[in-house]
Amino acid sequence: MPNVMIRRKDDGGLLFYVAKKDMEETIATVETDTDEAWGGEVELTDGSRWYIDPISPPPQFPTTLRFKRAGE
Amino acid sequence: MASMTREETQDLIQEVLEVYPDKAKKDRAKHLAVNDQSIEQSKKCIISNRKSLPGVMTVRGCAYAGSKGVVWGPIKDMIHISHGPVGCGQYSRAGRRNYYVGHTGVNTFGTMNFTSDFQEKDIVFGGDKKLDKLISEIEELFPLAKGISVQSECPIGLIGDDIEAVSKKKSKELEKPIVPVRCEGFRGVSQSLGHHIANDAIRDWVIGNRDGDNSFETGKYDVAVIGDYNIGGDAWASRILLEEMGLRVVAQWSGDGTLSEMELTPKVKLNLIHCYRSMNYISRFMEEKYGVPWMEYNFFGPTKIAESLRKIAAFFDETIQANAEKVIEKYTAEYEAIIAKYRPRLEGKKVMLYVGGLRPRHVIGAYEDLGMEVVGTGYEFAHNDDYDRTIKEMGDSTLLYDDVTGYEFEEFVKKVKPDLIGSGIKEKYIFQKMGVPFRQMHSWDYSGPYHGYDGFAIFARDMDMTINNPCWKSMQAPWQKPAEGEAEAVAASA
Repeated sequence: MPNVMIRRKDDGGLLFYVAKKDMEETIATVETDTDEAWGGEVELTDGSRWYIDPISPPPQFPTTLRFKRAGE
Repeated sequence: MASMTREETQDLIQEVLEVYPDKAKKDRAKHLAVNDQSIEQSKKCIISNRKSLPGVMTVRGCAYAGSKGVVWGPIKDMIHISHGPVGCGQYSRAGRRNYYVGHTGVNTFGTMNFTSDFQEKDIVFGGDKKLDKLISEIEELFPLAKGISVQSECPIGLIGDDIEAVSKKKSKELEKPIVPVRCEGFRGVSQSLGHHIANDAIRDWVIGNRDGDNSFETGKYDVAVIGDYNIGGDAWASRILLEEMGLRVVAQWSGDGTLSEMELTPKVKLNLIHCYRSMNYISRFMEEKYGVPWMEYNFFGPTKIAESLRKIAAFFDETIQANAEKVIEKYTAEYEAIIAKYRPRLEGKKVMLYVGGLRPRHVIGAYEDLGMEVVGTGYEFAHNDDYDRTIKEMGDSTLLYDDVTGYEFEEFVKKVKPDLIGSGIKEKYIFQKMGVPFRQMHSWDYSGPYHGYDGFAIFARDMDMTINNPCWKSMQAPWQKPAEGEAEAVAASA
């Protein structure tokens, strides 16, 4: 369950940063991304999948959230 | 390596790896790569930030070096105690040439060494009392110090001293910030973790100090220069460009920087990061907590400077954007003259770099402005995100080497035959004895600054005087040279 910092990139995409692992990846898809909630299963451009319970209302980026590996 | 193809470079890596035992070969192979610009993510071609192999020669430093030597050390109006035995402090004292203005020993302390000088009894009975006494002594001798940081050396962690408790107690007593930094040398695989620990200490003990205090008048053009350590005056050469653009530089981190500058940084509009590796952590934190955006920039060489100035200006309004163009225009004649003078002397020369932090990728532009080509580059302590940024800067099928060993570096140089090597003092004399021109790129070989337009002039001059130095033609002793006409003389006498 790493702490993940999510911030907006210059091109508008979301960056998924895990400080402990020095992992800096772009988020490819988010399961729930509406005006009411944000979260669910998140897929990164490197193919790995992470999960967070949908947050309502959607969080303001940048922010630090606690993710789980999807399927755990 | 315009002359070397991908296969040749790959063969070279294989050849160099040949001497290692199987296990070591497998490990080292992951750290050496041929650059491929089409790769988006560096982890597909190179592994970094791993423990060095025992038995090979590495040039990495320790967490204490990363914290005291790099991040905290240059903050001039604080006293940084090297807490532990005397050596760590003494051998890291002022070697990095972080210039500053002030009266050393009165209100600034950059080149001084403060240490608790641990003896056997301190290891046995603990050093907390000594630290307490030391801090009182500092207060008595140097009352103008704005704060104190306690930089732990290895024994502090090993014997389990509670430096946090001492710091809290003395901080209350002296009414000054006293920052305990848990940067024991054994932590992590290189100095990189020291940077992180130092950043975390700044986050916990410094950044929030003025949270409720609105007495500082902010402006809409406030910026902070982060990750510029003012080596040989670098930060000053960068700062004037930003100020000429009309921006107000509130803080310099940490070269020629002060504690109050650091405390004011969360109030700026934009954080400008030069050394991404050592200061990205605190910038990310400020973005999250205070909403201060950050931007990487590069002030090496006119092409990159112009690019960076425009990028910075794009964040602000049209006045700044117009000013940025004016600044670039103002210096155009100056840098064109430098390029006209040095480019013919340096055109086509090949460079190999092996440094740390930001330089293996940032200086590439400056070399290219002089018509030189970087054929190999590597970091001592980079992480994947650094290589992500490097791949785009380097030419295709050039060499990338992470935490290169002494043996590998020598072999690469023998095969690639660069005209110049830029690396550290530990490599300097080996390569000079091999007859290869060398610049020590950690602290600019006692020259500098190299940042900004002013720095570029010095950079170009230094590269020229190294590469075109007549001494490289005199590498062989006169009596070992095959004398002209010697063969005929022998034939005649026979």
